Amino acid sequence: MRRYFGRKLLIYGLTFFVAVTINWMIPRFMPGDPVQSMLSRANVAQPAAVEAMRAHYTAMFGFDLPLWQQYLNFWGSLLKGDLGISIWLFPTPVSDVIIRAVPYTLGLLIPSILLSWFAGNRFGAFAARRKWLDNTVLPVGYVLTATPYMWLAILLAWALGIVAGVFPVAGAYGFDLRPSLSWEFLGSLAQHWFLPFASLFLVAFGGWAIGMRNMIIYELEADYVDYLRALGAPARLVRRYAFRNAILPQVTGLALQLGVLVAGALVTEIVFSYPGLGHLILQAIQNQDFFLLQGTFLFIVIGVLIANFVIDIAYVLVDPRTRTGMGGAA
Amino acid sequence: MALNVTDLRVYYRTLRGEVKALDGVTFSVADGEIMGLAGESGSGKSTLAKSLIRLDGRMRHAGGTVELDGREMPLSDDRGMDRFRFREVSLIPQYSMSALNPTRKIGKMVGELLESRGERPDRAELERRLELVGLSGDVLDRYPIELSGGMKQRVVMVVSTLLNPSLLIADEVTSALDVSSQKAVATTLLGFRDRGLVTSMMVVTHDIALVYQIADTIMVMYAGRLAEKAPADVLVTAPRHPYTAQLISALPEVGVRHEDRRLTGIPGSPPSLLKPPEGCRFRDRCPLAFDRCAEQPPFAEVAPGHFVACWKAE
Repeated sequence: MRRYFGRKLLIYGLTFFVAVTINWMIPRFMPGDPVQSMLSRANVAQPAAVEAMRAHYTAMFGFDLPLWQQYLNFWGSLLKGDLGISIWLFPTPVSDVIIRAVPYTLGLLIPSILLSWFAGNRFGAFAARRKWLDNTVLPVGYVLTATPYMWLAILLAWALGIVAGVFPVAGAYGFDLRPSLSWEFLGSLAQHWFLPFASLFLVAFGGWAIGMRNMIIYELEADYVDYLRALGAPARLVRRYAFRNAILPQVTGLALQLGVLVAGALVTEIVFSYPGLGHLILQAIQNQDFFLLQGTFLFIVIGVLIANFVIDIAYVLVDPRTRTGMGGAA
Repeated sequence: MALNVTDLRVYYRTLRGEVKALDGVTFSVADGEIMGLAGESGSGKSTLAKSLIRLDGRMRHAGGTVELDGREMPLSDDRGMDRFRFREVSLIPQYSMSALNPTRKIGKMVGELLESRGERPDRAELERRLELVGLSGDVLDRYPIELSGGMKQRVVMVVSTLLNPSLLIADEVTSALDVSSQKAVATTLLGFRDRGLVTSMMVVTHDIALVYQIADTIMVMYAGRLAEKAPADVLVTAPRHPYTAQLISALPEVGVRHEDRRLTGIPGSPPSLLKPPEGCRFRDRCPLAFDRCAEQPPFAEVAPGHFVACWKAE
């Protein structure tokens, strides 16, 4: 048991190191010069002042050092918890910018991933046993899953937001409100949250339902089910066993989807102008904000790694076959 | 009489029509009798075994009755059959290696199965039964993947006989095993009967040599019908049906050098059961066939306990 998790932790540590290094490299290999864009934003006419500002900014962000020195300094400050200062929202520290955005992303992603997984699996297992559902609702699931996500999101925003006018289509709360703990604010928050959530939920739901339906049908054909039925086991017991065994590949699928869905939320947040991490990534790229981009990527990497680690543990709990494999000698 | 089957017909639904895999079989199995059921593939022996416990989705009960201990079994009523399954009639399946749920400990699975059938799991009794087949009680705390194939097979044999069924159907249980395990399984089956854990038994196999060692009687099927049923040694030494005779002569014998005497096979192949021919179905391959074979011969008792479906047998 300890060896298994030791090995896992080593792999996660290595992945973290490589991913963070790549995160550091990507912005620096992008075309463009962040200091130049800050200077043009400052709109200073005197050449001497411009030169002084350039020297000041370059030294402040550490761009005058050789690359390897920048890289080491980056790790040094990272380990101290310092992610640098945002260029786009100068002089706000990157960690503050991220902390402000994180609740929106998590509030959107966690419910949509978990609810769609849970509901999709339940529904798929149910549909596997009902021919009429199998023939009517699942084809809709295929369409939903095959739809390009942003098209579906735009369609939803257009239909429910603009034509029907039921939901707002941009922002996380009304433009006339300030964040506070009032009913008015919370209501506005929920109203703005619904469309992005629904679009993420719908797409993932179809995929889970289809996968689960296929797995259940496969499990119900398995030999152990045939044996149980020959011994007169009631359908309830058979279904419970089939569900439990069919859920295993879905757990793996959930782990894989978590990584993909972070990228999915990027599109969502752009379509609905939702101020989460995806929105930050877009702004960071457009403004050549190295530090903000590094910081958001770092957050995503950590998120994916933690999700995978949790799934690893969950797998050990639900599938005895992994447990015997990791003991070495059983 | 433990089992009485009368004119049983079970057809398979296919896109091209109904395949008459079991086309009117009548026989009985006495209390305490171990009956070997032999035949080549496609003869209907597995269909017969399955229809006595559970028809699968493609099978249709087209006629005939099955009585077990004087009670008629409702073959086509899946719910109604549940009363008989496990308690009255039980099955050791062909696929023992994969018959146990891989994600449940064996003891827990057996417990849940028994509870779902309204029985109280009795761990001590379970352990005693496991010891009879040479397994220790701690296999109950293991998962199926932790057991070898032979151990899984023995666990399945114990589980299937746990409620002391009146009829046990063993479906090709030795087909996937090496000869020493085959012998062990055969002995175990015999032990179940001798200890009274099961009343009578039907051992489905294509291996006459093996079933001969444990069976009291052997029944041979051909193309969905019964060919011959006789006490085991009579059937092997003095078969009356030409198909049985040819089947036995196709078996290698110990001590015979086959350079001198070539093994004979049976020329031809069984007829299609989609539209089976009239009369005796073995007619086209039979060396003794004559005009009367265009008429179906009855499965008649030619000597006490010896039934043959052939006009030439009398």
